[in-house]
Amino acid sequence: MSYHFQPDRSQYPQKKADGTLDIDLASGKYLKLWQGPQHPGITGNMSVELTVCGDEVVEGKTHVGYLHRGFEKLMERRTFIQCFPIVCRVCVPEPDFNEYCYAAAVEELAGIESPERANWIRTLILEMGRINSYLMYLGGQAGSFGMGVIGQWTTYARDLMLDRFEELTGARIYHMFILPGGVRDGLPEGFEKRMEETLLEIESTLGDVYDVMFCNAVFKKRAVGVGFIDPELIDPYGVTGPNARAAGVASDVRKDQPYLVYPELDFEPVIGQDSDIYARADVRRRDTLVSIDLVRQMLAKMPRTGPLMAKIPNVLHWKIPRGETYIRGECSRGEYGYYLVTDGSGYPRRVNVRGPSYTHAVALLERLIVNLDIADVAGLMVSLHTYPPEIER
Amino acid sequence: MKEELKKRIIKGPDGFEFEVDPIRDYYCEARPAVEPPAYMKIVEDLFNWARAESLWILGFGTGCGAIEMRPLMTPRFDAYRFGVQWRPTPRQANLFIISGYLSVKTLKRAIRSYEQMQNPKYVIGLGSCTINGGMYWDSYNTVKRLDDYLPVDLYIAGCMPRPEALLAGFEELKRIIRAGEGEGANRYAENFDWYKANQKRVIHDWDMPDYNW
Amino acid sequence: MQKLYAKLNKLFPLGELTCQRENLAFVTVSREHLRSVLLHLRDLEGFRHLVLLTAVDWIEEGAFQLTYLLSDRTEGRDIGLRVMLSREDAAMETIHDIWPTAATYQRELREMFGIDFPDSPGVNEEFVLEGWVDIPPNRRDFDTKKFAEENFGQRPGRETRDPANHMKEQLYPDGA
Repeated sequence: MSYHFQPDRSQYPQKKADGTLDIDLASGKYLKLWQGPQHPGITGNMSVELTVCGDEVVEGKTHVGYLHRGFEKLMERRTFIQCFPIVCRVCVPEPDFNEYCYAAAVEELAGIESPERANWIRTLILEMGRINSYLMYLGGQAGSFGMGVIGQWTTYARDLMLDRFEELTGARIYHMFILPGGVRDGLPEGFEKRMEETLLEIESTLGDVYDVMFCNAVFKKRAVGVGFIDPELIDPYGVTGPNARAAGVASDVRKDQPYLVYPELDFEPVIGQDSDIYARADVRRRDTLVSIDLVRQMLAKMPRTGPLMAKIPNVLHWKIPRGETYIRGECSRGEYGYYLVTDGSGYPRRVNVRGPSYTHAVALLERLIVNLDIADVAGLMVSLHTYPPEIER
Repeated sequence: MKEELKKRIIKGPDGFEFEVDPIRDYYCEARPAVEPPAYMKIVEDLFNWARAESLWILGFGTGCGAIEMRPLMTPRFDAYRFGVQWRPTPRQANLFIISGYLSVKTLKRAIRSYEQMQNPKYVIGLGSCTINGGMYWDSYNTVKRLDDYLPVDLYIAGCMPRPEALLAGFEELKRIIRAGEGEGANRYAENFDWYKANQKRVIHDWDMPDYNW
Repeated sequence: MQKLYAKLNKLFPLGELTCQRENLAFVTVSREHLRSVLLHLRDLEGFRHLVLLTAVDWIEEGAFQLTYLLSDRTEGRDIGLRVMLSREDAAMETIHDIWPTAATYQRELREMFGIDFPDSPGVNEEFVLEGWVDIPPNRRDFDTKKFAEENFGQRPGRETRDPANHMKEQLYPDGA
């Protein structure tokens, strides 16, 4: 396969003395183009303001805030248990990480330890959510390059996983299952068998996706070499998760700072090399297989008896002493974290959500988007797996 | 107001100078007009039947409800069998699903998208947050009553509503249209000043034309 | 973490240390030493990843707390640096030249808390809000409920109950 490197465009357009680009829109050479918020090639409700010269992007600017609901403010005026139904609304494709990070932060500051069986079920839910999120990503990545049928397949596979969620938690999207102190319920009867069927189906879908998407010359032509993240950018730009792993940096919170029951599970973080769109897609596909394996391991090892909830104080008068903590987890897009500050009252003083897209979609995207063709912008955005609600909350 | 929206003089590549006033030049200033029904009831009924059987949704996921749109497009729920499909541009769509809470910033875009859609057009409010604010009832950035700003034909309650609820909602909307009650666009034209006053009360930096068609 | 604190304390005058977990600690740093502490941690101690930069409003004490959370991926440890700022005309030096991604955080803090970061790129542009007219919304003295009631039309019929009173009346009417 041949790949033609772009000629050096770093001196074009010329820079002004203060370092900003010298773009004179009135000259007719440049054009402003908004991609989003109402646009089929955008990840959720956000927008990118592109300045283009011909077909080439010379400057891109991310605009977010279309989904801002002020969660951090709303949580300041809700009691600790009242916060629990709203945290999952922060991020739709993978809401469980919000529940887990919030619950773990509250537990740590209040000195509560969740029981072991609850930890196993929490991990199971997180891994199921990861499979969901990756399946959605694969459909979106293929769709952004015009392969609509992959989206149909992966959405079908994701629906099967949503059925398992429904069986376990009672809801498709917002599960509200991980409470501070434990989880709401244990596994239903016969869950393992139905889960195994679902996993087999998902594996077969992933096999098909591999054949049709990853071995497809069109996808390779569009994705290989595009959207390259220099490994040197990983730390300055706060890149985490599969985006960093595709650049060869073994950064996986599940291994670096193991939480829940990950120390007892046997897995290796998936590492890629090329750090382009294709490599990131491939890392995520292989990571899905790792998650499927983890779900199998957990269902085999999980204790079936034991308490599901630790004893927590009367939630109406629950006061937590002054303190601050940070809890992180490895979600499908990168490092997800909650920074919680309490002040001894019955309400949190400050909750800060650290979503991985916060760094990926703004600073990193604005850097990578330069010199790209307009047609590749959607593919790049999907490949960073950006998701706007966790940027603006 | 942003710099690029202000009135200014531009020199074209050919050296010719001309004045540009983006808000006035690019939009039609005429107010929306009420569309009278066809001259015979039977013709209008035929039109309404045709309208009800081709609901084309604008692909603008304004909130988290957009995540249940994807399963609707796939064979399991398959909304296409009801004549429902998704279109990327407002010019081709006649149904706007407000999929969840609208922040003030999105409300601005939603109004523009709605006004660019062709008559007759319908609006579905999806989720509890469009009805009365739902979970975000005390949030400083989301609107609480969608029908203050856009003429809503139907609400689907829930957080989040299941795809089956959406399918039932489509059936209900078809019934409304066939009965000749899907007059949202006409209501918008009739009460245009009231809607605009409501919209401007919430959107503090109004930097767009009053009606952009 | 104690070892790291002792080592740092020899170089810079540090404030109070709170060991939250064995791999997470919070240290108070004075405003003028923050930059050198950050550079020292990044270049010599391996804390190369800026996890987050956020603020806490301690309105009773008249101060903003800025939290710079750094992470060392290889050792798996985190350190949070607390900087206390006066609430009046709050301003802070920018660190976007150390971590480019910090510019985004600073833009958000400028908008949501009103903390100024002079020279940070695009810090005065709107980030999340558009056409905001009130005081910055994440400050403690901003009342979101009052703002929502005054600004947005409400649908009549919504009832709000205090959960404690409601449970007492409905579930335990005899005052148990």
